[in-house]
Amino acid sequence: MFLLLPFDSLIVNLLGISLTVLFTLLLVFIIVPAIFGVSFGIRKLYMKTLLKIFAWATLRMERGAKEKNHQLYKPYTNGIIAKDPTSLEEEIKEIRRSGSSKALDNTPEFELSDIFYFCRKGMETIMDDEVTKRFSAEELESWNLLSRTNYNFQYISLRLTVLWGLGVLIRYCFLLPLRFKEFMSKHVHLMCYRICVRALTAIITYHDRENRPRNGGICVANHTSPIDVIILASDGYYAMVGQVHGGLMGVIQRAMVKACPHVWFERSEVKDRHLVAKRLTEHVQDKSKLPILIFPEGTCINNTSVMMFKKGSFEIGATVYPVAIKYDPQFGDAFWNSSKYGMVTYLLRMMTSWAIVCSVWYLPPMTREADEDAVQFANRVKSAIARQGGLVDLLWDGGLKREKVKDTFKEEQQKLYSKMIVGNHEDRSRS
Amino acid sequence: MGSRSSHAAVIPDVDSIRRETGFSQASLVRLHHRFQALDRNKKGYLSRMDLQQIGALAVNPLGDRIIESFFPNGSQRVDFPGFVRVLAHFRPVEDEDTDQDPKKPEPLNSRRNKLHYAFQLYDLDRDGKISRHEMLQVLRLMVGVQVTEEQLENIADRTVQEADEDGDGAVSFLEFTKSLEKMDVEQKMSIRILK
Repeated sequence: MFLLLPFDSLIVNLLGISLTVLFTLLLVFIIVPAIFGVSFGIRKLYMKTLLKIFAWATLRMERGAKEKNHQLYKPYTNGIIAKDPTSLEEEIKEIRRSGSSKALDNTPEFELSDIFYFCRKGMETIMDDEVTKRFSAEELESWNLLSRTNYNFQYISLRLTVLWGLGVLIRYCFLLPLRFKEFMSKHVHLMCYRICVRALTAIITYHDRENRPRNGGICVANHTSPIDVIILASDGYYAMVGQVHGGLMGVIQRAMVKACPHVWFERSEVKDRHLVAKRLTEHVQDKSKLPILIFPEGTCINNTSVMMFKKGSFEIGATVYPVAIKYDPQFGDAFWNSSKYGMVTYLLRMMTSWAIVCSVWYLPPMTREADEDAVQFANRVKSAIARQGGLVDLLWDGGLKREKVKDTFKEEQQKLYSKMIVGNHEDRSRS
Repeated sequence: MGSRSSHAAVIPDVDSIRRETGFSQASLVRLHHRFQALDRNKKGYLSRMDLQQIGALAVNPLGDRIIESFFPNGSQRVDFPGFVRVLAHFRPVEDEDTDQDPKKPEPLNSRRNKLHYAFQLYDLDRDGKISRHEMLQVLRLMVGVQVTEEQLENIADRTVQEADEDGDGAVSFLEFTKSLEKMDVEQKMSIRILK
């Protein structure tokens, strides 16, 4: 960083002074209020200024690109190809009609041209499909000074990154000792989360707090990143359920277990659904225990949609308190693609984002009704969360990221098509 | 996704690809971006696995056949030019394509080439003919277990008979083209990329 300023030692001195001032400010404005749960309006101001800067920067970039006559890459959230939302039957009939000279009432059972439909649909998915889009970081139409979300950007603000990096170090030195304390009361726990939240310059808006989860219930939320945990935990007390991660996350998890009764699983244990269900039921039935926090999607999604909820948590029969979490992507992309980034890289990215702005909605509690099974109940909760957060309600399993899709969906298509061919055959044999 | 730039300069041989496929620069940038999204491990090429991961393609009854079409001649990898070459078949036909210099090679999205692409999906062993057996196999892919063997054989027989003109029991590309001569192939086999 100092290579950028090769001239005056005066400037270096100024920098040193400003750093010290920054740290003192950090201490005063972050730690102290966190203890008392008070907030300043500074962060709101910060947000407004950032927005103005982004708008200005986008304009400048577009102007610059026009001058140089470069192609600006503008991402489309609706996909790159023009799609017709017609059904399989309609399309195939269309194709047959356009190619056939035969009379329409004598509909043939199969035509060579039928293949065109599947062919084109297949090609469309290769060019653009809903799911792969969900799993890459959401693209932004305007620019937010982070090279991560805009492909035309070629220069990162180095100084800011370094400053934040130093801030991270300090926060970790502060937080880790706190966590390893033997006696961890609830308040200290809460304070830690609040510090984390401010450290990340997270501006969180909580809605409907009267619906906050109570003891003996299960709190269910959509999952974008491990920060979800921090965000929820800073506003209430939860017992966590989750898979054991290696590395830094594992250390933190172990520390947390000492303080509160959480429930951690190995990933292979998770496959043994009965074991999981048993442990969760035990926890839930103990009314003095904290509500369990579960993310039923099973993996991090990029926060534009809510994928299929695994039904395990809904089979237990406890009251479910749904929570919808939605991040504002303009200020920092909170999505964690665990198949691409490790935890530390991810944290670094989070620390170097401008801010994390999100909204949390506490939805009214739901219980499974007598005539629903676990899957229907899960879907009902999922729709409620998706509707509240303005997220797209997708049917696809979050497990698509790691496994191939199940054959049941292919069978649906085959059934539809077979009906067209064979159904007509039966008509023919009758006439 | 990170800091990868999809500027046209990043695409190798972009001009020759443009001439060969007829895609505009903007379309190529988009397709390159798509190629990179599918190439999860950033290998620089796509394998069958990468394409099989596309959920919506896996549920397409002809998904495997379509994936095969990207790997001609037994290759196991497809690079970006190869990828775009296949997609070029589905480029909508524009007016400039029709008044072509006869000395230049036929554009990839001509009617004939679109039909040839569809023909390839049927022609499993790539011998230039769709035999009755191949027709049966492709039909089986499209209907799954929903139709009995007998019914399927009837359908296959009838289809081959109707299209077969020289009586060799198989459908050649010429016969295929003839049976579809009234079909608006240009429109049905085209995908428009948004500007």
